[in-house]
This record gives sequence, C-alpha cells and structure tokens, in this order.
Amino acid sequence: MSTLRALAKAQALAAGVAQPVATVRHLHLSDRPLVLVPLTMAGEANAPLAALVGDAPDAARLLIVPQPRNRDQRFAFAAELAGIVLPYLDSFRGDTEAVAVDRGRDVRHRYVDAPQLVVPNPGGVTFLRLFGRSTRFRRTDGDYPVHPAVPLLGRWLTFFAERAEQPGSSALLALTDALTLHWATGQSAVEDQHLPAVLGWLDPPPGLTGAQAAARAEDPARCPPAGPATDPEFDNRVLAPAIAAYADAADDEAARWSAYAELELALRGQLAPTWELVWRGLGLLAALPPGARVAGRWAGDRDAFTGYAEHVDAGGGPQPRRDGAVAAAVRLHRLERAAASYAVQRAYDDPLVMAEHRLAGEAFVGDVTLTDPARVDDTGKRPVLRPRIQVVTTEPVAVPVGATLYSPARPGQKARVVFLTPAADGKTEVVLELSGGMGRGLTAPPGTVPEVGERLCLTTLSDGFLPAGSFPTPEETPWTHGGPPAAPVLSDPAPGPAVGPADGDPAEEWA
Amino acid sequence: MTSTARRLAEIRGGGAPRRHNARTTAALTGNPGCDRRAVLDSAGADKPGLAERVGFPARFGQSRFAITRGNAFEALVKADGGAELLRLVAERLGVDSTGPATWTDLGAEDRGDPPDATAQFGRAARSRAALAAAAPVGADDPAALFDHPLLGLDVAGQRVHLEPDLVAARLAGRFHVVEIKSFPVIDGQADPGKVAAAAIQSAVYVLALRELLAAEGHDAALVSSDVVLVCPRDFANRPVASLVDVRKQLLVLRRQLDRMARVDDLLARLPADFTADPSTDPERLRRSLTSVPARYAPDCLAACELAYFCRHETRAETAALGRPVREALGGVATVAEVLALAAGSDPGAPGQAEAAALLRAAARLRADALAGQPA
Ligand code: SF4
Repeated sequence: MSTLRALAKAQALAAGVAQPVATVRHLHLSDRPLVLVPLTMAGEANAPLAALVGDAPDAARLLIVPQPRNRDQRFAFAAELAGIVLPYLDSFRGDTEAVAVDRGRDVRHRYVDAPQLVVPNPGGVTFLRLFGRSTRFRRTDGDYPVHPAVPLLGRWLTFFAERAEQPGSSALLALTDALTLHWATGQSAVEDQHLPAVLGWLDPPPGLTGAQAAARAEDPARCPPAGPATDPEFDNRVLAPAIAAYADAADDEAARWSAYAELELALRGQLAPTWELVWRGLGLLAALPPGARVAGRWAGDRDAFTGYAEHVDAGGGPQPRRDGAVAAAVRLHRLERAAASYAVQRAYDDPLVMAEHRLAGEAFVGDVTLTDPARVDDTGKRPVLRPRIQVVTTEPVAVPVGATLYSPARPGQKARVVFLTPAADGKTEVVLELSGGMGRGLTAPPGTVPEVGERLCLTTLSDGFLPAGSFPTPEETPWTHGGPPAAPVLSDPAPGPAVGPADGDPAEEWA
Repeated sequence: MTSTARRLAEIRGGGAPRRHNARTTAALTGNPGCDRRAVLDSAGADKPGLAERVGFPARFGQSRFAITRGNAFEALVKADGGAELLRLVAERLGVDSTGPATWTDLGAEDRGDPPDATAQFGRAARSRAALAAAAPVGADDPAALFDHPLLGLDVAGQRVHLEPDLVAARLAGRFHVVEIKSFPVIDGQADPGKVAAAAIQSAVYVLALRELLAAEGHDAALVSSDVVLVCPRDFANRPVASLVDVRKQLLVLRRQLDRMARVDDLLARLPADFTADPSTDPERLRRSLTSVPARYAPDCLAACELAYFCRHETRAETAALGRPVREALGGVATVAEVLALAAGSDPGAPGQAEAAALLRAAARLRADALAGQPA
C-alpha cells in the first residue's frame, strides 16, 4: 500500500465517501460486456446453484440448479450457460484487422473487438476458473456423456480465468477490484471484497455516510451477499425448504412446477440486487475517461482471444490441469513482465498514479528553465544531436548523476542526468542531456525538445520494451523439470482418474 | 475453586464456561495481542451472547448444506471400520498398513449439547485410558484407529474439553492426528485459508494428545507434528490424504496458551466491576467491555464474535483500515491525526517528524495531481 493510497483511505473515512486514486480509467470497458453473477451451493466443491447472466442490464437470464447435488443437473446448467456464453463469444468473431509482425515481413489478423466477462468479485473469478476445470475435460461420449458445448465452455472459461491473472488484462473483470483500483474506500482490503459495501462507499444513498451504507450492505437480511457463497441464513430458512419441496414433488408435475417457480423466485431475489450493483459499478467506471495506454493493452486481450479461438478451431486440446515446469516458469516470467509494464503504463497515463512514484523518489516534476536544443556532441565518430535542458524542481531528487530518466510527455526520449546542483529554497537544478525521439537529423523538430517554462515530469520508470526471458523448449528440458519422457500434458488424450466415472457419475448424490 | 477461577466465573456471569469447538479453539491463537479477547476466552464468556447484547451480533452462521455435506463425507471416509481411511493414511505416510487394524469409537454415546457432565467425565477418562494404553511402543505395533476421542487442554487454568472430529491413528510407532474436512483439494490445491484454519485446529489436537500421553508418563514426541488432512479430491467425493506440518502452529499455540495461563496478570489490570455477563444491562456491558484494551484488526471479522463491536469502537483509527494502511501512514494512530499532520495544521509530536513530512508530501502530491498537474 502506497502512502498516497493510504492517505486517500483516511480521507475517505473522514469525508464519509470514497476518494479517487486515479484520474483516468485503467481498464477497457466493453460496450457489451457479459455480466455473470454466480451462486454456489454451500459445502460442495464449486457446485453451481444459480446465476444471472446477460449482456445488458435488462437482459438478465436466470439459470438455476434445482438440485445442486445432482450432477446431471449441474451439467445441464453448464450446457445452458454455454448456450449463452458461446454465442456471445462468437459474436466477436466478425471483422479482423491486419497486424504487422516480424518487423513488417509478415502479417497476422486479429479480431477488431473481443468479449469481456464481468463478475462481482474475485470469488466470481475463482468460480469460473473451477467451473472451467470441472467441465473442460468432460467427454461427449462414453458412459456419462455431456452436451458437446460443455467441454468447450470449460476451455473458454479457463481461458478467461487465465487472462484474469495477467496484470492489465480486461478480458475478465472482478468488479470490486476494478472499482478499488480507481477509488479508495474508508474500509479495509478485506471489506473491499464485498461489492455492496464498496458501492456503499462510492455512492452512498442520500443521508448516509459511506461507513453507514457499507454497514447496511453487510447485513445479509437487507442486502444479499454478492456471491458466489450464499448467506447461511438464506440457505437454512429459504433454500433448504425450497429444494426439499422440489425434491418431494417428484413426479407430481404441478407440485414440481410450483416448487421450481418458488426456487426461482428465491434465487432471483438473492441475485437481482447484485446484478443491479454490477451495472451501477460499470456505469461509475464508464464515466472516467480511458487512459492513453488502455487501448494498447486491450489489443493484447484481442490478440489472446483471436489466438485461443484459432486454437479451438484447429482442434487444440484443453488446457492442462497443471503447467509443467517450463510452462510454469514461462508463465511466471510473462506475468512478472506484464505486472511491471502495467505499473509503468498506469503511471504514464495518470498523474495521480505517478504521484505515488514521486513520493517514492522514482519521479519528480520541475520547470524547464534553460534549454540548448541545437547542442551537438561531436566527440564521437560522427556528430550526434544531444540537446540539454535544465529543470528546476522543489521535490527531492533521489537519482544519481548518470541516471537515465524518461518523461511521459515524450516516452521515446531518454534524458541522462548530467549535473545535479542544490539551489536556493531547497530547490534542485537538474541538467539533462536528451537523446532519441528527435528524428535522425542534427536539428530537433519543433516540440521534440521541451521549451523553457514547460512543466515536466521525469521518472526512472521506462515504458520501453522488456526483453523476454529464454527458456528451454519442452524437448530440451530434463525430465526432472517436467520435460520428456513424461507425455506433455497438453495433449493428454486420456483423462486421469479425476475425470473418470467416479467423478462423472450422474447418479451420484450426496444427501 | 481457586480465586482466579472464582473471578473468571463472576466475570462470565451465571453460566457454565463455553465449550470450544473446532473454530473457537483455532481462534484462540488469533490476535494474540488482544487483552479483551484473552480475558473473555479465559473466562469462557459467551461472546456471541455479548455481541448480540451490545448491539453488534456476530455473523458466523453455518449453512445446513455445509453441515450435511461435512457429515456425509466423514461417514463415507470412516465407513467399513475405517479400512479406506487407514489405507489412505498409511499410503500418505509411506508405511505398510497390511495386517490387522483395530477401530475404537470413543464417543459412541454422549454427543449431547449441553453435555452431561458425568458422561463427559466418563468419556474423558475412557479416552485417556484407551489412548495411554495404546501408546506406541514400536514400529511393528498393529495399526489402531481411535475415533472421537474427548481431549482436554488447560486454557487459562481451566480445563477445556475439545470434541474434535478426529481420528487418532497409531501407525508405524507413532500417533497421527487425522482430520477429515469437506473442502476439496483440486489438482493438488485447496483454499489456502481453509488449510490454514485446519492446520491450527490440528495443532490444538496434537498438543492435547501430547499432553495426555505426557501426563500418563509417555513421551510426548510419540504424537507426530505431521497431521493428515483427508479431503474430497477434485469435484467428487473420493478422499485424498495430505500431510500438513503443524510445528509452527504448535509454537504459536503454546505462546498464546502460556499468555492465557498468566491470566492473573490480566485480571489484576481489570476494573473491579468488570463483567462479561450477557444478562447485564447493555449500556453497562458496553462500558465494561470498552474498559479492557482491545487490538482490532480487520482479520478479527473472520475470527472473533466481538468484531463488529470492536470495529465500531476503532472506526476513527487507522488500524481499522488494516495494518498495511496504518504502516503506510507512518503508524499514526487516528485518522484525524493523519489528516492534521498531512494538512500541516499539526506539527506532530517530536517522534513523528518523519511521518509528518511524509504525509505532508503525500497530501501535496495528491492535491497537485487531482488539480491536473502533469505527469
Ligand atoms: S474482535 Fe475485539 S475482542 Fe476480538 S480479537 Fe479483535 S479486538 Fe480483540
């Protein structure tokens, strides 16, 4: 937690309403996200109980599992969900755009838009991940066949859950995280996992402070939890009798019908308030202007979507249960790089995020007081353009002479610190030598060198390219590290015992 | 009754001390720095009742679905005289389980709540006798499983009875605590929060079992600090056993129990009229509770019945926002103080110079950026 964010929390608490910690939106928002509000059955391993799903506030579809312990019904739920999710995904497989690759020697295509899934909280992401895990290895033949859409849904849900781990991806959003990335509430991180409480702070009803609104939102009798776990009181008082009534109805068509309606009503009552909150939260985010680098990151999500769609089309197998050693290392490395680049990009896009780095001594802001835009360094083999500028700052400068700095205003330009001189009133004069971002000639085009009077932010953070690590291919990996001779899990055609009949017995019931 | 016991009984009010279940025993080690909790737990006070009475009811409801599933899984695992359980545990420990094994249910009767004191006494004695008699002597002892032992632990000078849903397994010359939990282990991974909770509970049982053996003149080390956790595997109900090393939890537990054993120190600091009797008038009860220092942290919400009360009490303090926030604010205690230091309207106490400078800089930078200064 940065001091700046912590201060915003203290201010939120004092003001009784959430305070901004971003001035732009750092994630992409789709025009047509697919919102999913799932509920699970208490005590079971990620057994779906119900979900509200839809791509518009007035398009909620309620799916329920009247007997969550019955595996047939679970997979019927999965097939129904697939009936909504898969056509939604397909609707983005229309127009493509060409992207140059390999330094322009080649071209590939990607979809111009991509799907976006939104769940209320990180628990929703976990639900999708586990639901993907429990469906992607299912067989569509054999003893306990499932609908062909079920394993496909499982792979796509797994795809989205994996994207959600990538910092900066907007393919699958947990709304509580998305909101608290932009606003600080006056409550702790644990309490920030509760969507109704977060919205209580962001947008308290008239006459209530954020704290009061959040406290109200914690009372499950007033405000059902945002899932996937249900309120135990609801389970005991409403759900258990309703499920029992459905089970007791057995073959009595009329009784079953009314029991089903009863269940639907109860579950809708638990889900609808969260559904409203999710769309309200998305509305709050939409009111922020997007950061300059958001589109670039979304292009990465579009790439990933395109790539996975092609993988599925080509008959590629489901994601492995666990990564092998090399795959795990590659993945970790990729996530670390994404995290570093995402942090820099947010700072470049948003002065309020950059302020956190200024406080940490990684950036400072000053005024340009002198410039020598035509300076040429001819000590080398051939003369090069190396303008110098002097910046005066009131902030502490924690970088040494020789350090390379960057400015978000001209991200392609490097500024090397040449002199650091303390000046009057605790100010510091910084002389910088510029290179890059000024064309190839010996005269800097207008605007490429900061002018006297310009206010400039200089930082050690670089938005430049981070080199990819090199890892051995699976064939080169010693077997002690997950390489051959063990069969690559990805192409594992025979699911292990976990997905055999014991796991897929449709007759199995718990009660 | 010792004077300490008498004082604790007075504090508690009329009732018997609360029995500890798995969650409350594990919770004994949570927030060890909190005096309020140490006093209430030592007295065996009715914390849910207290919370309700002072207007901040706890929310630790349990879904009956979860209970049903838990019981069903346990029954499944223990079926056939524990044959499957023994096989799983032996396999996980890497020992041979062939050969005869015995299964003893030490809690066949008396599962009533509140417990019948005499029956409970009998059960405790039975557990003690059976387990002591079965103390391992060598690696070739036949395997023996003991279900539902009633264990006891001294908490703040009081004998606390624990009714763990555990099996003590004698295998290859040692006792192992076996805990059956119904949360799934999917692809070798389980919810880390649940595993952590299970580990601390198991540590309580390991400790109780060790004390039992030691009291009977056996070596406490005969009880392994590796406990066996049996959970459903993946999405089905087939059990899988995992080993959890609880040495760290044992240390934490020991420390907290030692602290509670010195409850006299705590009692000496209490106001003479301190009460935790839920039948007291709410206003007086609130004042009474507030008179003992607490140490609220957001973690309390998941561990202590008094959390909403304590949170309300600390709502103006930075600690209520969580430890990372408080630390980022230079450790300054109250929100008002933070804001005054940040605004520069309060120079701060002599020791606060650094925090004050940090907060002032943060406030200035925040204001700058919100006013649209460049990045
Ligand atoms: S909730 Fe209160 S009494 Fe309980 S541990 Fe936390 S601070 Fe102590």
